[in-house]
Amino acid sequence: MTTDLQHSRRQFLKITATVGGGMMLGFSWLKPYGEAEGADIITDFIELNGYLKIAPDATGKGSLITLLSPNPEVGQNVKTSMPMIVAEELCANWKDVRVEQAPLNTAVFKRQVAGGSQSIRQTWATLRNAGATAKHLLVEAAAQEWGVPAAECEASGSFVKHASSGRSASFGSLAAAAAKLTPPAPEAVKLKDPSEFTLIGTSQGNVDMEAILTGKPVFGLDQKVPGMLYSTALRPPAFGQKLKSFDDKAAKAVNGVVQVFRFANDNKIAVVATSTWAAIKGKRALQAVWEDDGTLESTASQYEAMRKKLDEAAEQPKRNDGDVKAAFATADKIIERVYESPYLPHNPMEPGNFFANVTADKVELSGPAQAPERFRGEVAKLLGRDESTVSIGLTRMGGGFGRRLRGDFVLEAAEISSIAKAPVQHVYTREDDMTAGIYRPASMYKFRAAIKGEQLVGYHLTGAGLNAGNVVRENFFPAGAIENCLMESHDLPSKVTTGPWRAPVTNFLASAEQSFFDEIAEAVGKDPVQFRIELFERAKANPVGKFEYDAERSIGVMKLAAEKSNWGKAPAGVHQGFSAYFCHNSYVAEVAEVKMEGRRPVVKRVVCAVDCGIVINPVAAINQCEGGVIDGIGHAMYGDFTLEKGKPQQENFDKFRLIRMGEQPAVEVHFVKSNTDPTGLGEPTLPPAGGAVANAFYRATKERVYVQPFVKVMKNLG
Amino acid sequence: MAKYDITVNGKKHKVEADPDTPLLWVLRDNLGLYGTKYGCGIGECGACTIHYNGNAMRSCSMTVADVGEAAITTIEGLSETASHPLQQAWREHDVPQCGYCQAGQIMSAAALLASTPNPDDDEIDAAMYANICRCGTYNKIKAAIKSAASK
Ligand code: FES
Ligand code: FES
Repeated sequence: MTTDLQHSRRQFLKITATVGGGMMLGFSWLKPYGEAEGADIITDFIELNGYLKIAPDATGKGSLITLLSPNPEVGQNVKTSMPMIVAEELCANWKDVRVEQAPLNTAVFKRQVAGGSQSIRQTWATLRNAGATAKHLLVEAAAQEWGVPAAECEASGSFVKHASSGRSASFGSLAAAAAKLTPPAPEAVKLKDPSEFTLIGTSQGNVDMEAILTGKPVFGLDQKVPGMLYSTALRPPAFGQKLKSFDDKAAKAVNGVVQVFRFANDNKIAVVATSTWAAIKGKRALQAVWEDDGTLESTASQYEAMRKKLDEAAEQPKRNDGDVKAAFATADKIIERVYESPYLPHNPMEPGNFFANVTADKVELSGPAQAPERFRGEVAKLLGRDESTVSIGLTRMGGGFGRRLRGDFVLEAAEISSIAKAPVQHVYTREDDMTAGIYRPASMYKFRAAIKGEQLVGYHLTGAGLNAGNVVRENFFPAGAIENCLMESHDLPSKVTTGPWRAPVTNFLASAEQSFFDEIAEAVGKDPVQFRIELFERAKANPVGKFEYDAERSIGVMKLAAEKSNWGKAPAGVHQGFSAYFCHNSYVAEVAEVKMEGRRPVVKRVVCAVDCGIVINPVAAINQCEGGVIDGIGHAMYGDFTLEKGKPQQENFDKFRLIRMGEQPAVEVHFVKSNTDPTGLGEPTLPPAGGAVANAFYRATKERVYVQPFVKVMKNLG
Repeated sequence: MAKYDITVNGKKHKVEADPDTPLLWVLRDNLGLYGTKYGCGIGECGACTIHYNGNAMRSCSMTVADVGEAAITTIEGLSETASHPLQQAWREHDVPQCGYCQAGQIMSAAALLASTPNPDDDEIDAAMYANICRCGTYNKIKAAIKSAASK
């Protein structure tokens, strides 16, 4: 399967033509509906490689540089930071740069995925090379024109300069000649030393800022093309039910409803209408009869089943170092604690939606997608089409948090369009989005610690999750630091659909583990930070088995967080809690500070220390870190999602509580200065947040909290 | 369907819609004003916040028939050149993450500043409580409101 490059070149031109063009922005590359090809199309853009194209500016003296941002933008700000990396190596003036979102184009781009905090880490080298290769060509073009050695020429600020002759030429004026040169061999392309960076490490505003501030249509739901219809779907109301029959008389009587039909293996009903409201009203008017198709699960019995599992040994442990049994048998003291967490819906602010136009020879899709390449394959399979006939445009996403890694909304849109024989904007209502979820699985952990003297000598973790896969992280701390370490995981089958949710598994595992370590530190009479540092020192000095983290970098963030928070020296009335975690290749330590307001403990501040290697765009990196902390705290404190007989009990924001203005702490972010290659920030600050807060609550109230959401058990939280 | 004359961002529009159609969908589907967002449809998230005679209201929870003679302002009409003090402050603080909630946040904040030019923390918390930001930009929003208030 390949994508026609000619086609992708056309897309570039179309995108260029529609900047500021209003309604169609974001998906105007859809050929049949693209903007009229007016006189304002800039046709002399020269594409130097798939990531960039350059033209002279209107004065002819400067440059217009368009950088394609390959990865989906879900709020992690890669649409600004990825082009910054290209621009750095290109030696472009950032003011000359315009950024366009690339569509799915696997012929040019690698891994167009927003997930796992991997966008920057996995494209770092490619993006730098794209910029540096183009710079090489521009310098070469100038050198040839001037008849001087390329080595005497330098690029900076979108110009190539020859110092001794004082000559200078803009990238825009050189692009045409550069495009005719043979691209350099990879080893001839020189990358900058991090000390030479002038753009990376500086704060640059979000490239979509103006569109966001003025309400331009940049999100999936904002797409509209001539003749487009709107669709909604009615799905089984409970996990474990299926559609028996339905009556669509009332639905069809709704003004604007044009079609009603069964789809998705006859298990869902589509309502197609001329407006979003008609599609929603039509769906509400459907009379459907559902029948049970297996057991209908409820939260209470699911929790019982998980609790029971925690007392069983797994068939195959995930990790088994030393002799855990002996360590516990000879321990002076054993601590055992169980932690519980519920299912969580993702609740991106923009509910699920997708545009689809399925015609006889092609399938055009566009919308908010975290994993478009996978969706293309799934749609091709569903419709029996060749993948080369399926295209996917990427809109800005109103959040994702992992929800848009699954393509149910894309598949529904494509199937509905193919049956309705019309372009459709398929819309999930908030209720659909929350009840037809791909949830963070509910899970539980039992932690056991064997203590001898002042030492932690044995560690036994048992996890159980519902349709959750492996719920332990056998190569993360404390693996490597403890001689006797046993980790076991149980996966209980369930009909409730689950999937990745921001920092899968670790979003709760870290919170529970870091609360437990606070208890162990207390039991051995050590300062919680010092206690952890000693364990990491053990992993450095006497590593036990394989593990993934770097103990030195772990210690680095812990020391930085302690220093910046004045750990242990908080003023009277301020109660601090500590937590640290490594995941998604980045290192984070957090100190939460709680004050009592009457009988209510309130989280006032979180100090967050981060080691993610080189920081590309500090202002956006801080936004991500702060967002992760607030998300982690919000869900640990308030997020609850339950089922009764298979039916979700929370359907909208009246019942599902998200953290709101005034409930968030101040967040202070500090980065470790580093020249190490960058790693991601979309997830790593979330996992430690719940534990830091739980530990601070303990200092403030003398109560340990083992259950998420905390409001369920801490009545004073309000 | 019924016919309505409504005034949005200073312009009169003739729209045809069922009387129970939420203003939100009229703005988006009929008038192509996509800045006003759908988040919950039940008045719980604030993504759809607009001004109704200068007051912050949830456009998902009022029908086109409710509009009558009222002057409706959406994010597109907040200022002519994106120069409202809040828009300037939002740039200065680089507030948005995904950006989806931000139009609603700005419209709520604009109504707050119009009635309370120098809000304190409690007043900001109370006025902005109705607007959810799933990405957690609350601290930046608060800082930007304070910057705008000081201008
Ligand atoms: S969409 Fe109106 S308040 Fe949520
Ligand atoms: S910026 Fe994403 S919901 Fe607020």
